[in-house]
Formats: sequence, structure tokens, C-alpha cells
Amino acid sequence: MNLSVRIGSLTLKNPLIAASGCFGYGTEYSDVIDIATLGGVAVKGLFLAEREGHPPPRIVETPAGMLNAIGLQGIGVHRFIAEKMPELRARGAVVIVNICGTTLQEYVELARILSDVEGVHALELNISCPNIKEGGITFGCSVHGTADVVSAVRKVTKLPVIPKLTPNVTDITSIARAAEEAGADAVSLVNTFLAMVIDVETRRPRLSNIVGGLSGPAIRPIAVRMVYECRQTIRIPVIGMGGIATATDVLEFMIAGATAVQVGTANFVDPLIWPKLLSGVERYMERHGLATLGDLTGSLDTSAREKEWISS
Amino acid sequence: MDVAAEVLSNTHLSSDYNVLALAAPDIAERALPGQFVMVKTGDRLEPLLRRPFSVFEVLREQGKPIGVSLLSKKIGPSTHLLFDAKVGDRVQCLGPLGRPFAPVVAPDEAWMVAGGVGLAPFATLAETLRAKGIQTTLYYGARRAAELFFLDWFERLGVTLQLTTEDGSRGERGRITLPLERSLKARPQSAAVMIYACGPEPMLAAVAKMAAAHGRPSQVSVERVMGCGLGGCYSCVIPIKTSEGKPHHVRSCIAGPVFRGDEILWQ
Repeated sequence: MNLSVRIGSLTLKNPLIAASGCFGYGTEYSDVIDIATLGGVAVKGLFLAEREGHPPPRIVETPAGMLNAIGLQGIGVHRFIAEKMPELRARGAVVIVNICGTTLQEYVELARILSDVEGVHALELNISCPNIKEGGITFGCSVHGTADVVSAVRKVTKLPVIPKLTPNVTDITSIARAAEEAGADAVSLVNTFLAMVIDVETRRPRLSNIVGGLSGPAIRPIAVRMVYECRQTIRIPVIGMGGIATATDVLEFMIAGATAVQVGTANFVDPLIWPKLLSGVERYMERHGLATLGDLTGSLDTSAREKEWISS
Repeated sequence: MDVAAEVLSNTHLSSDYNVLALAAPDIAERALPGQFVMVKTGDRLEPLLRRPFSVFEVLREQGKPIGVSLLSKKIGPSTHLLFDAKVGDRVQCLGPLGRPFAPVVAPDEAWMVAGGVGLAPFATLAETLRAKGIQTTLYYGARRAAELFFLDWFERLGVTLQLTTEDGSRGERGRITLPLERSLKARPQSAAVMIYACGPEPMLAAVAKMAAAHGRPSQVSVERVMGCGLGGCYSCVIPIKTSEGKPHHVRSCIAGPVFRGDEILWQ
């Protein structure tokens, strides 16, 4: 069985990627699982400089999901390269570095720095974090902003460039198309949905940042729809995510049009989820006589509906 | 280590406190005082996330570790499920996790300060300390007499008890910091003592400051809203002091849950 998938020039041994912001820098999990068995590891979003993030409370649980407003606390790109990359390289992880900037220049600078680092396999552009006011999402919420960041980064790196898109827009397909036209190798979607939880007893928001990003199984059907829509619009690979917690969910995203998937919140619930997802996918392939997993991507069968339309 | 631990017993201590004994020999064998496990109750999407629990007791059969128990207070959906758990149920248990308490060396004394369900990490710590022959006192405060648990257990271990209740129904009336402060004042500076604390954060802050004011070291076990327990999510952070003077958020799951009382920037 061939589980490998291709994202631009990058071949992943399987389609399972640890989602940025949900897997630390990867090294936190290396005692729990063999991180080289994952298709890829998207590390926590990095700025040039270190950041403290928001004050706690930073998460709150919601029905079948959770809200977070971490605020991109992080060690900055230089410490990441010095302190984390050696272990990630030694363990053979396929490292996808998620980068964030407040200005176009910061994305370019980060891309330049990381392009020379051995073991960095791809760049995921965070233009979609809902929890910080400056930069990031202001690019990802407009067609022009997305195109500007992608083309600027494209000019300075040979690494696969993967903008991560926000669902908090009117039409995600227009953003995806702008990313493709600007030279992106793939797009990943969706980041979290901007949301809010209030404690009615105290009348206070449950997060220090007042609002946060909703993730987990609660958002999955919306994410699947957005992956499907983007698949219809663009030719570059779509990396799908949003509430994946079972092998069935992985397959659903792939059928909708995802070439690979990311798993975030479910990894908090079960850090040993990865081999379980893989074996579930393998059992499905056996059951359906599928030799190459990549053949599943975009294989959604809408013929019944089309027939219905023709006959009516 | 993630174990689908079988519930061996569920002892209701009151209308909202219970002790859940779980079969988990691998966790029991490794667990050190102050460490915790991430517990997933039920296999549903609500509650979705795991919750951290201190290892309360290490359960042994003929000397061999067979499991751990959790001291739980019914507060949210997860603790409700733990309260209602039946013998034979399975509870997913990841651990042991986190930085444990550092035990003292005799002739130093150990004073453990517990508020309510903050008693949880002190059973294993008391066993470790008493096994090393260390003079150990438990300062234990609760709302009322009926919520002071395991007193006989600690006494049998040779632990001295100092009790307070908010309603005065047992021990001194008031907060546990009252007898603690008296003891700190009374103790000669030459006699070393380590203060261990676990309980509500305002209590931890008060204990840490009180210890520092009397020139005593302290170790506190904090509880913050935790997402994963492994350092992946950055939700359980607590501000600590840095040499540059500005606060720095560290993850209480991997840098803690036990911190030096004087390194935390108390709010």
C-alpha cells in the first residue's frame, strides 16, 4: 500500500501532519511517539523575536471543541534553529515551519533565514491566527494581502510555500486562488473560527483575550466544506484540517479534496492518535482495494445528484 | 504511558469528594510525589479534553505497585463523571507527568500545606518523607470538618496534623495560613524547614510570600487550565520572575506543576 502524498516538491510518507500550535516544537512529543513516523510536523508559529503571548486563561472547552487564545507565545526563529532543529533533524522529522510576521518584511526575513537551515522541509505562512491584532490575519483576510505575502516569500525561497488560510472570510476560495496565483505550492485550511465564551455568573469572557479560535470536532463539517470548495477552485494541493479525530475524518477530508491533513486538537486528547489514524486508513484502503492513498484525494462522487438534476 | 485503567474502587468521601482507585501498574511504578496524570473520562466528545490530577496514592499489593488513586472534587463535567464512575469502568490515564517535589534531607523538617482538594499530592510525599525519617507536619485547611479527609492515614504515618476549618467545626477556625504563620514565627532560624503547598492559588501565593518573609524555602504545586499536559498547547502557563525583571510565561505541565514559591510572579 502506498500512503505517500506529494505537496509540491515535497513527498510525505503519509498524509498525517501535526498541526501548528498543537504540537509544540515537536520535541515535546518525541518521548511519547516516534515523530519521524508522521508525514510532517508543523511546528508552533514562529516570529523573528520571542513572544510572551496572552495572559491565561488561554483555553476553554466548548461542546465538542475548544477555544484558544494563546497569542503565539514562542521562542523566536533563532532560538528555534539553535535549540530545537538539532533534535528534530536527529529524529528524522519532516519539519514544516509555520512563520508569522507583523509586516511583509518579517515574513521575507523569516523565509530567508529558514531556507538555509538543514532539515526544514517547507514553510507554512501563518496569515490566519485570529488571536493577535497585528499582522498575520490582516494579510490572510484579503486577496491582495495574501498575494503580497505569498509572492514576497516565493521570491526568496525554494522551499514549498504553504499559506495557512483563515475560515473567517466571506469567500475562502478567492483567498486560495490568490495564493495559487502568487506562487504558493499548496494551501492549508482551515485555521480556527473566531469565537467567544462567556461566564454568565461573572459576566466575564472565559478567555483573557475575550475572543479566541474554535477548533475540534465541532468545526469539522464546515472545514470539510471549505476544503471541498477550494479543491473545486485551485489546482495546487490542499492540506485539510479542522476537527479530525478519527481515520474516518482523515478519509472524509481527502475525499473532499485534501492531499494531506493536519491533526491538532485531537492530539491533545490522545497524543498516541497517530498510529491509530494510520492503521484505520490502511484498513479502509484494504477494504476498498485502494493501492495508492493519493487516488482518494478529490474522489467525491456527486454523480447521483447530477443525475437527479438532469432528469428533473 | 497511556493506560486504559480499570476502576478498582470508587470511594465517596462526601457529597462531592471521591477517591478513585485505578489499575495502572506502569504509572504506579514510575510516579513520584507531586507528579500528575492526564485523565480522559468517557469516550465522548464532551468533555473533550483530559484533565490533570495529582497522583494521590500509589496502590500496592504485596509491595508491588498495582495502581494509583485520584482524589477528586466534583466541580465540572469530568469530575462529575469520575464521581459517578463504576468499578470495572475504564479511565484513560496518561502519565506520570510533570516535575515532582524535591524531598528534603534530615534533619530538615517538612511542612506540607494543603487547602481542600490540594491534599492530593501530599499522601505520596508524606510516605516518601517519612520513609526517610523526616519530621513532617501537615497543615490542612477545609471548609468544614466533614471535608478533612484521611487524617488517620496521615497520623498512622507519623505525620503531625495542624487543622483549620472555615466554620470552626474542627481544628482552628479560619485559614490554614494562621497556624502556619505562628509556626514560622516560633521556629528558630537555625532549624531548617521546607514548606510544600498545594491548594487554591490565593493560598499558594500567601504561603509562598509568608515562607519568603520568614526566610524559608517553599515548593508549590500549581493548577492551571491545562490542554494537553505535555507542553504542546501552551495553555497552562504561569508567569515567573526573570533576571531581566519582566515576567515570563512557562508551561506548568512541563516546567511544573511544582515550582519554587519565590520564582512565581504571584498575581
